Amino acid sequence: MSTIIKAEHLSYSYPGDEEGQSVQALRDVSFSIEEGEFVAILGHNGCGKSTLAKILCMILLPEEGKLYIDGKNMTEDSITEADINDGRRKVGMVFQNPDNQLVATIVEEDIAFGPENLGLPPEKIRQRVDWALKTVGMTKYARHAAHRLSGGQKQRVAIAGAIAMRRKCIIFDESTAMLDPHGRKEVMDTISRLNREEGITVIHITHYMNEATMADRVLVMQQGGIIMEGKPTEVFSRAEELWQAKLDVPQTTELLWHVRQAGYDVALDIFDPADCAAEIARALEGKTHGGNNT
Amino acid sequence: MKADIAFGQYYEGNSFLHRLDPRWKILFSIFYIVVIFLAKNVFAFALLVLSAILLILVSRIPLRMILRGLKPLIFIIAFTAIINIFWLKGKTVLVDWWIIHIYLEGIINALLIVVRVVILVAGTSVLLTYTTTPLALTDGLERLLSPLAKIRLPVHEFSMMMTIALRFIPTLVEETDKIMNAQKARGADFSTGSLARRAKALIPILIPLFISAFRRAEELATAMECRCYTGGKGRTRMNILHSSWRDLAMCLTLCALCAGVVLLNHFAPGYTLAM
Repeated sequence: MSTIIKAEHLSYSYPGDEEGQSVQALRDVSFSIEEGEFVAILGHNGCGKSTLAKILCMILLPEEGKLYIDGKNMTEDSITEADINDGRRKVGMVFQNPDNQLVATIVEEDIAFGPENLGLPPEKIRQRVDWALKTVGMTKYARHAAHRLSGGQKQRVAIAGAIAMRRKCIIFDESTAMLDPHGRKEVMDTISRLNREEGITVIHITHYMNEATMADRVLVMQQGGIIMEGKPTEVFSRAEELWQAKLDVPQTTELLWHVRQAGYDVALDIFDPADCAAEIARALEGKTHGGNNT
Repeated sequence: MKADIAFGQYYEGNSFLHRLDPRWKILFSIFYIVVIFLAKNVFAFALLVLSAILLILVSRIPLRMILRGLKPLIFIIAFTAIINIFWLKGKTVLVDWWIIHIYLEGIINALLIVVRVVILVAGTSVLLTYTTTPLALTDGLERLLSPLAKIRLPVHEFSMMMTIALRFIPTLVEETDKIMNAQKARGADFSTGSLARRAKALIPILIPLFISAFRRAEELATAMECRCYTGGKGRTRMNILHSSWRDLAMCLTLCALCAGVVLLNHFAPGYTLAM
């Protein structure tokens, strides 16, 4: 497997307000993401996670540091418009507000927008659109008006638009934040299916802890830097540190933490409610257990 | 504006007219309008009425939809009719009382003008707006105008703007509704008071609407950039427009109609339009 995104010491600050005070949004961020990975980025509001996403899509240019997309240095001075477009062809983004990222009125024409920009021949665009619709399970809505769909469906159309470019990596910038629980599940199922079945690298920015537990790896950001990194089970076991970063932990972890505070020996890294109940029951019965692998 | 939207409403269907190539349909509409204005003779008008009835039948659009489209024009129609009746002088006097002189020719002329306006609106809306989606219309227009891109007219940009506008009209209407309800919940009153007062009451709706529209525009621009949009250069389209036998048949029919109208103008007896 090769590295799709490699960030080295990225820094970025927004130009200042009237008093000239610039706001440092990212400081010295380094990480790398392998092809096919599912990475969640967690962080409190204003921690710099959306700035990071914009840099990875080359909407913003980092002030310092280097960014490699699929092995190519995108922060070199010699980089051209065509190189940037090439990078965007590999790394795409799905935004928070489903309404503000759909360009065309009809679902399939919106999905075709990206491939059309690439200048593909019409029959090839048709193939990609049909494939993308099928992959997100929206085939029967192909000729529907986009504004009549539910939030979850709109977001799935946006995802179809992103994968129709045959991207290697898609960044989801709080793509589930504006949806109801049903729509959220719809979108999360689609995201994890893309990752599993199509091998698309997923970077999921969220503040829903339960969504982060689905990832292979979690990055936790605070004040523009990465403060924690690891498997979901490792990261969420460090509940106190997360709380200090003004973040939540999954509800099961929180409950188990309280049980542990009460003097019972339980593991913290259980995210399934039934497993969590079983763990507490075992602890209350006074049995020793072997589930703690942290 | 509201009447405008109803006027240009697409009626879902799969008729002969629905399946014509939008590029041709735009040209056909222009041609049809020219033919309508060519007609001078009563018999030529009869032929036009027949053609409009045929168009409506072929399109399978319910008559009440077409009548609804004509409703906003009722004042213009009434106005032109009245002017024609009272102002036109002829030979056969019907009413001659005080300053009012009405001639038979005036009444016939008024009727013909009314028929002309009705056919003009009903015919073109059946031919174009009722049977073509706004999107297909923009698409057709872009391709018809594409030669103008050579003389550096921003044809692609214009059509992109139209596409986005069409996409966001329902979204912004919905948002206006939401803002209005929110302001009503805070005690705003939009329906009473003088005109100036009511206009003033619109400010708390327009300002949030504008701010959010600008925010949307910025987000949309970022999203489009992320989808590799760099303008019209090097861009292809998924849907290719095909001309078919239908377009040829329609073209021949319209040519025949035009010839019929011209011949009737020249050779048919009867009243001839005085304007």
